[in-house]
Amino acid sequence: MSDAAKPGALTDAERLQALMPQAVISIDVSAGDVRVMVRRESIVDVARLLHDDPEFLYTFFSECLGVDYLDVHTGASIQGKAHRFEVVYNLCSLQDPASGALRNRRLFLKVPVPAADPEVPSVTSVFRGAEFPEREVYDLLGIRFSGHPDLRRILMSDDWSGHPLRKDYPLGGERVQFPGGTTGPSVGECVVQHAGESFTGRTGSVLGDVE
Amino acid sequence: MPANPATDPAGRTLVGMASANAQGITLDPIDETTMVVNMGPQHPSTHGVLRLVMELDGETIVRCTPHIGYVHTGIEKTGEYQTYMKAVTITDRMDYLSAHINNLAYTLAVEKLLGIEIPPRAQALRVMLSEIQRIASHLVWLATHALDIGAMTAYFYAFRDREKLLDLTEMMSGVRLMPSWIVPGGLRGDAPDGWFERCAAVVDELPMRFREYETLLDQNPIWRERTQGVGCITVDECLNLGVSGPTLRASGMAYDVRKVAPYSGFERYDFHVPVGTFGDVYDRYRVRLAEMRQSREILKQAIETMPDGPVRVGDRKVAPPPRQELETAMEAVIHHFKLWTEGIRPPAGEAYVPVESPKGEIGFYLVSDGSNKPWRMHERPPSFMNLQALPGLCQGRLIADVVAIIGSIDIVLGEIDR
Repeated sequence: MSDAAKPGALTDAERLQALMPQAVISIDVSAGDVRVMVRRESIVDVARLLHDDPEFLYTFFSECLGVDYLDVHTGASIQGKAHRFEVVYNLCSLQDPASGALRNRRLFLKVPVPAADPEVPSVTSVFRGAEFPEREVYDLLGIRFSGHPDLRRILMSDDWSGHPLRKDYPLGGERVQFPGGTTGPSVGECVVQHAGESFTGRTGSVLGDVE
Repeated sequence: MPANPATDPAGRTLVGMASANAQGITLDPIDETTMVVNMGPQHPSTHGVLRLVMELDGETIVRCTPHIGYVHTGIEKTGEYQTYMKAVTITDRMDYLSAHINNLAYTLAVEKLLGIEIPPRAQALRVMLSEIQRIASHLVWLATHALDIGAMTAYFYAFRDREKLLDLTEMMSGVRLMPSWIVPGGLRGDAPDGWFERCAAVVDELPMRFREYETLLDQNPIWRERTQGVGCITVDECLNLGVSGPTLRASGMAYDVRKVAPYSGFERYDFHVPVGTFGDVYDRYRVRLAEMRQSREILKQAIETMPDGPVRVGDRKVAPPPRQELETAMEAVIHHFKLWTEGIRPPAGEAYVPVESPKGEIGFYLVSDGSNKPWRMHERPPSFMNLQALPGLCQGRLIADVVAIIGSIDIVLGEIDR
């Protein structure tokens, strides 16, 4: 983590807010990471500005991912969030526009997504690399990406029902969705937490055949 | 880096993936003269269970569609049910050829959440383990890549030498492939007696081995014919697709996380970032061979400058007390018990630390809700992102080039499917 990159990404976030005040909800800095909360209807425009603008040059699409904040016990989102899901875009600016020197400026764009209408405009028109990650978010969390060229399941089988990374989707105990499958055991029945593991007992020092 | 085709003996020019379309190959509508061929998921050249559906016009690929997910095991979901310390073990199983580096990426994210700094000796040992792992992973790539193209001898030589590197991991952790030795708070334990001597012996031997592989492949006319000018990709295309690592560097951009955003003290070592010019299969081969040499340089420096001291942080809420303390101090027993029953509790927040894996940029996006288990554990899978380049790389090429191209982007399906 180069110290020089930290204020740089914050400068960019503030400039983004000045250029598109209606799109940026908030800017959050923690432990050197800069996260910008963006309205979901503006995400494509924000991505395009960051990609094209000669002073931003966020040309490297690192990835995007989804997070489900649902607390299954209360039915509300944790940490007092008003929305259930967030899609996080991880963008990088690798070259200084003036000098051409390599740098590592990283900006996390976060888009809040409500549970009632889990749909986000796809950024594949700006970053072609969003194709697989957006399919993965759709597959595992059920967030649809409008305008995606090929929005199909990617990791689960095509006829799977449900989205496994959602917090209300069980780990273990669900019906196995293949012909001839049975109901598996739940995790609670299998995992017994225990104390008593230790760090000692490594092998290797007995080899001793150093030339 | 400017490309100068006049000086290149093979007469290669820098062309991007879009050039196939420029040559008049149209995608839609599906022509009646094309044929659809299925490759995989059970195919030795797809490096796991990758399935490619290819539409062919004669021997030329018009369209290539990858299908993945055959070894999806829900690792990210499982991670949400493990304590932070236990989740280390499932990170090994993602990219099973570079387990140390997966552990390191996960661990750095947890340590960022905790806001702790680990002792210098642990940092230096982490650097050594990740470079040992990088060479071992590149050797598997070299062996299988060469085998796919028909060069069988390199396979045996590379696996012979990889074994010596895995022996070092085994000596340290007792395990060859899934060590989980790098954990939040440092390492599980120090290097055993004789480890550095053995490591130095391997490091001394490596340059001779690298020359050996080059003798087999570098000037081999068949190898050159199969790799030069095949599967070209430009820097802009790489960045737009999220492609990183040796594939990006072979196209000419020296983006290496170890240089631009150093972690674990990589800034203390003197090494270069090899780049290619033409972004073809041959350049990706050259870049990885050069990278192995640089990793060997880092190992050499790390052995010479290895600091003394502990390999775990002193904070008993993060790392367990030494064994001997458990016999005399009640507090140590309590700490030990709490750590293994309840685990670490990082404050609520989010963290991502990029790390350079043999495949590209890897990092874990962790979301903590303040409990002892991650709320969300997501890996940025470099193989998954790099795979997106495959359809473009194959388009307009012959079907025989597909195995060369798959080998050159170096994918591990365990990481793609997770």
